Amino acid sequence: MKLNGGQALIKSLEMEGVEVMFGLPGGAILPVYDPIIDSPIRHVLVRHEQGAGHMAEGYAHATGKPGVAMVTSGPGATNIVTPLADAYMDSVPMIVITGQVPTAAIGTDAFQEADITGITQSVTKHNFLVTEAQDIPMAIRQAFHIATTGRPGPVLVDIPKDIVDPTNPRSAMEWVWPSADEVTASLPGYKPTTIGHPRKIKEAATMMLAAERPVIYAGGGILKARGAEALRELAELLGFPVVTTLMARGAFPDDHELCLGMPGMHGNYTAIMSMQESDLLIALGSRFDDRVTGKVPNFAPLAKIIHADIDPAELGKVRRPDVPIVGDARLIIEALVTEVKAQIAKGAEKPDVTAWRATLSGWQETYPLAYEDPVEGELLKPQMVLEALRDSAPEDCIVTSGVGQHQMWASQYWTFRHPYTWINSGGLGTMGFSVPAAIGAKVGRPDRMVWAIDGDGCFQMTAQELVTAAAERIPVKIAILNNAYLGMVRQWQEMFYDERYSEVYLSPDLPDYVKWAEAMGCVAFRVEHPEDIQPTIDKANAIDDRPVVVEFRTDASEKVFPMVAAGHSNSDVQVPPFQRARGSEEVAD
Amino acid sequence: MATDIEHHTLSVLVENKAGVLARIVNLFSRRAYNIYSLAVAPTEDERFSRLTVVVDVDSAPLEQIVKQLHKLINVVKIVELDPSHSVERELMIATVRCPGEQRHQVTELARIFEGKILAVNQNALTVSLEGHPSKVDDFEDMLRTFGISDIQRTGRIALPKLDRDAGKLRAVKNRTA
Repeated sequence: MKLNGGQALIKSLEMEGVEVMFGLPGGAILPVYDPIIDSPIRHVLVRHEQGAGHMAEGYAHATGKPGVAMVTSGPGATNIVTPLADAYMDSVPMIVITGQVPTAAIGTDAFQEADITGITQSVTKHNFLVTEAQDIPMAIRQAFHIATTGRPGPVLVDIPKDIVDPTNPRSAMEWVWPSADEVTASLPGYKPTTIGHPRKIKEAATMMLAAERPVIYAGGGILKARGAEALRELAELLGFPVVTTLMARGAFPDDHELCLGMPGMHGNYTAIMSMQESDLLIALGSRFDDRVTGKVPNFAPLAKIIHADIDPAELGKVRRPDVPIVGDARLIIEALVTEVKAQIAKGAEKPDVTAWRATLSGWQETYPLAYEDPVEGELLKPQMVLEALRDSAPEDCIVTSGVGQHQMWASQYWTFRHPYTWINSGGLGTMGFSVPAAIGAKVGRPDRMVWAIDGDGCFQMTAQELVTAAAERIPVKIAILNNAYLGMVRQWQEMFYDERYSEVYLSPDLPDYVKWAEAMGCVAFRVEHPEDIQPTIDKANAIDDRPVVVEFRTDASEKVFPMVAAGHSNSDVQVPPFQRARGSEEVAD
Repeated sequence: MATDIEHHTLSVLVENKAGVLARIVNLFSRRAYNIYSLAVAPTEDERFSRLTVVVDVDSAPLEQIVKQLHKLINVVKIVELDPSHSVERELMIATVRCPGEQRHQVTELARIFEGKILAVNQNALTVSLEGHPSKVDDFEDMLRTFGISDIQRTGRIALPKLDRDAGKLRAVKNRTA
């Protein structure tokens, strides 16, 4: 069958099972947009290419399928660099197709030319510049294979205009869809290990059965590997407590008795201290990020480490494991369950973690997540808003967030009971992530309620995508915690820069968020008094045909606690001031 | 100078595709690994090229460098070449200032090291030397006493020794943590 390159590109995406793509056309990618008219693939037209990238990420997080975005050359391509970097840091499977100037013009500083494969080399798992129309199907197959296997990540495919433009003879090609074997054979350097080494599994199981103060340190890799059920089986089999990192919220139910919540810089006291006092950390699909470890030499000083990860380079990158296991998190956890059961059947005793669990519950009782009651007449407490949103939403509601204080409060105060209900920018920390990510998630899971928890600073970075949501009838809900500040930066300036506030004030009413949201086709509300929180949330939740924006005027002086100051040991965690007195006789060491 | 204590030699087989060298160099740069020298050329199989890269393991553990290199899709195989089980060569050409009577001393030095005289004029000589990198180091040191005006070294290239069994190569690929 004779096709032109543009048709072949769209057909390849169809063959890969793509149902939706996010994008914005322009000169160089124009010929590929023509066959979209005849394709069953839904195209969501964004207002800025960064939006397309984050939507594709949100879609991938929510569905487990790779997100696809398509943009033009030059500025279109450079605008999507941030989402690529974001997806790379958080191991999100994503395919980005960029238009490129015609092959003959490459290197001449042509109009809208950018060396996007060069630019994105260090923020993609891989990228390609395709130079022949005939190679398009193979490039797309390779891109999907690379993005979705091993450690998932973003792949960029750069397509020069001449090989997709039907008026150019270089676009002629004979359609051939490569087989899976041909794809593997075409990538001789790419063979990800998925099965954990049996000897390492055995060693890990033995170590787990001998532990006294074990903690399962569950990371985002468990979600990528669809391993949440396996994790629960392992934790319950041994009665081991679980901490879920920012990227793993929802991988283990927050209301489970073994769940200690989030560790790290703004983690729960108990989650942080459990790791500090642990004698065995079982790191599954986690990467010892600096926000989790605090000062590395002081992190979990007594613990032996079992570290399982699909990416061999993560093992020993930060902390040398006693038992390294390379492989898929789900397969490794399942193998661990089998091996632990086998050793128990042969007479090994389950470790007695009663005393350890008692210590942990003591900490949980002394240092729960808490905030002070609001004072009559003052602005709203952000935590109170989150609790109301949480308690009013169905338990499978998907929550996305931007980056900053609101993100930490959302992660802390939401009760995640199911995997794939929490979508945020963890590694790169991309402000403006939540609105487009929520749109992508809602497109992927139209059956679910989707709330974006946002800050006023973040909202201003990508709010234009609400036009996309309104135009495409994607009914997401946005909660802006408007404290009129870049809140997290303000918190650092208050705590570490002697309250010298430099360039963090944003104003509560410039812009007018309600008018702005309405102008973008959303229903909008403003909440200033505690008694209005619940009725307004109820109204927002009842709307299912348009995007809704609710602006909550919150107290800028509220800080995120607990907190481990950057570069400090996790043992120096600061609880909120009103909890400090109770600590003196009880804080570990 | 390349002493074998803090430098390690990696032989990296890569797909012979556009931009692969840039990916390797970019990886070293972005992860703050230091390259001491790098040589690259196609192999007997036109699908692949071989890089011999001498890395400075003071900047990062060798294991981490190898693992990160392996993550590049176009990297097919990495072998650490243990100096005692490999043959290593390097080529140097240098232009040495040597007017009049000094010329004889330089040609004598080149003869001792089995180097070649490539060009000569009134005030200078261009010499070349191919040999083990440490021998090239020694020759370079000696030439410095005369004054080197230009020098280019290729960086080392290496292959496993034949007289020992190839199994002695440490295949760092499979070494976990």
